[in-house]
Amino acid sequence: MSADVMTRPRTRALPQGARRRRRRDPGRVLRLYVPLGLYLVFTLVPFYWMLVFALRPAGSTDPVPWPITFEHFETVWNDIGYAVFFKNSVIVGVWSLLVTTVIAVMGGYALSRYRFRGRSLFMVVLLCTQFIPGAMMLIPLFSIFKSLGLINSLASLIVADTVFNLPLSIILMSGFISAVPFTVEEAAMVDGCTRFRGFLAIVLPQLRPGLIAVGSFAFIHTWNNFLFALMFVSKQDSFTIPVGLSYTIGEYSADFGALAAGGVVAALPVVCVFAVVQRYLVHGISAGAVKG
Amino acid sequence: MTTMRRKAVPYLLISPTVALIAAFLVYPIASVAYYSLQHRNLTRPWADGFAGLGNFRQMLFEDEVFWHSLGFTAKWVVAEIGLQLILGLALALIVNESFIGRGLARSLVFSPWAVSGVLTTGIWILLYTPSTGVLRFLGQPEAAVLGNPDTVFPAVVVTELWRGVPFFAILLLAGLQGIPGELYEAAAVDGAGRVRRFLHVTLPHLRDAIVLATLLRGVWEFNNVDLLYTLTGGGPAQVTTTLPLYVAQRAVDSKDFGYGSALTMAGFVILLFCSILYLRLSRFGGER
Repeated sequence: MSADVMTRPRTRALPQGARRRRRRDPGRVLRLYVPLGLYLVFTLVPFYWMLVFALRPAGSTDPVPWPITFEHFETVWNDIGYAVFFKNSVIVGVWSLLVTTVIAVMGGYALSRYRFRGRSLFMVVLLCTQFIPGAMMLIPLFSIFKSLGLINSLASLIVADTVFNLPLSIILMSGFISAVPFTVEEAAMVDGCTRFRGFLAIVLPQLRPGLIAVGSFAFIHTWNNFLFALMFVSKQDSFTIPVGLSYTIGEYSADFGALAAGGVVAALPVVCVFAVVQRYLVHGISAGAVKG
Repeated sequence: MTTMRRKAVPYLLISPTVALIAAFLVYPIASVAYYSLQHRNLTRPWADGFAGLGNFRQMLFEDEVFWHSLGFTAKWVVAEIGLQLILGLALALIVNESFIGRGLARSLVFSPWAVSGVLTTGIWILLYTPSTGVLRFLGQPEAAVLGNPDTVFPAVVVTELWRGVPFFAILLLAGLQGIPGELYEAAAVDGAGRVRRFLHVTLPHLRDAIVLATLLRGVWEFNNVDLLYTLTGGGPAQVTTTLPLYVAQRAVDSKDFGYGSALTMAGFVILLFCSILYLRLSRFGGER
């Protein structure tokens, strides 16, 4: 924090105002803009490099992709099958988002509004699940899905991803629900609303940031999950984007244009979602997870 | 009857979660314990049967990859967590300042968090490949960094930093936003400079957030398989094989469920032991 409040009279010593005054300080350039600029280069050059490969013709070595070509996108979308992978990833991602969010609202509401026996045990179990390695669940989950006849079905991915998304989603959601004052809900119940109607009318509208944070979190995780899709799905028409991408890395390792175009297809949805919801996520974590 | 019904509400609300966790997390863990005592290989079903402690004996006394993977896992987790903590804290402090375009800057520097391990691999392969990568602009045209046992470790560490630092920064930024501004004012009135305000106000308030972030991230990096599986495949010559990656290879590639389960049990025990030790040593949530 660079607010140097000594330079301001005590009454005006709001951190915001103090900070705003210091903008032209040369020390601030060194402390703030130089490291930020360096870090932005580290973050953005890899993305830019992918775009260069995806957009320039095969064989070109220009660091600027001009003239722009979409041939690599046609290759991955139609020939390699990213159209199918994309559709599968959207199905799994949206289903997991919906199921995770609904169950997380239920569980979060219970944690936030009720003091019941076993509540702290429930919390401990949720936290403990964070220590379970996905890679180490591959073998037993494969056996379970096999006996349920769900191997090669997208349902296996929806179930597995939802289970792994749930614990953190519930903890986040209970933080968001606790931020909605209970008194308003109580007033509605006094006025004759049932608890459920009161929840729908009072709490749910105020829960929008929480729903966005938890839903996008679930979607991004599911969209990115690789191991479950690799293990539970072996038919190409059930591949998701990460599995398709991993085969592109392996098989087409000479065709960097296709690899980069596939990467852009994989990145676009999650990076866009993330850019929009980033502030809700930060807010949600500070409201719930860190303070427990 | 009505009070009984009212008491049942929270249990009804958590019942789907409990059912899912029981069926797809608790039961699988129990079955791993069972499989670890069995010979079970999907590619050789005729050899299946009770193994007793055979899998564990093989793991502890005959399997060099297991022991090597333990060493690499420790090196990997410590390097990643140390560097991610330093860079993540610096990044969080920077984007906690107020400046024009802060929202955009946050979205940009945090964005690799949303990228999958496989995609990270795809991107960094483009950067690392000698003929086309960016290293040729730095004067290293023929260096195949991923194929060389001497350079592969820094290469994978930097790659994972690209994706991992944003998570730390997000968690620590959330912690920073919980520090009351008056504390800085009071410290400044008392004549504390920037460094002392950081050491005596920021760090103590962030302690729990730092402990939690390093623990969550440590577990996560321990368990992280996607990146190494696709970027190096654990190579060259298995020098970048972590224990979970070894488990995943046993499960996905050789379908050796019995031995893979024994390795999984070893992973559980190590992870549990290290986590408890870490929480004890850091006195998480204790008196400041």
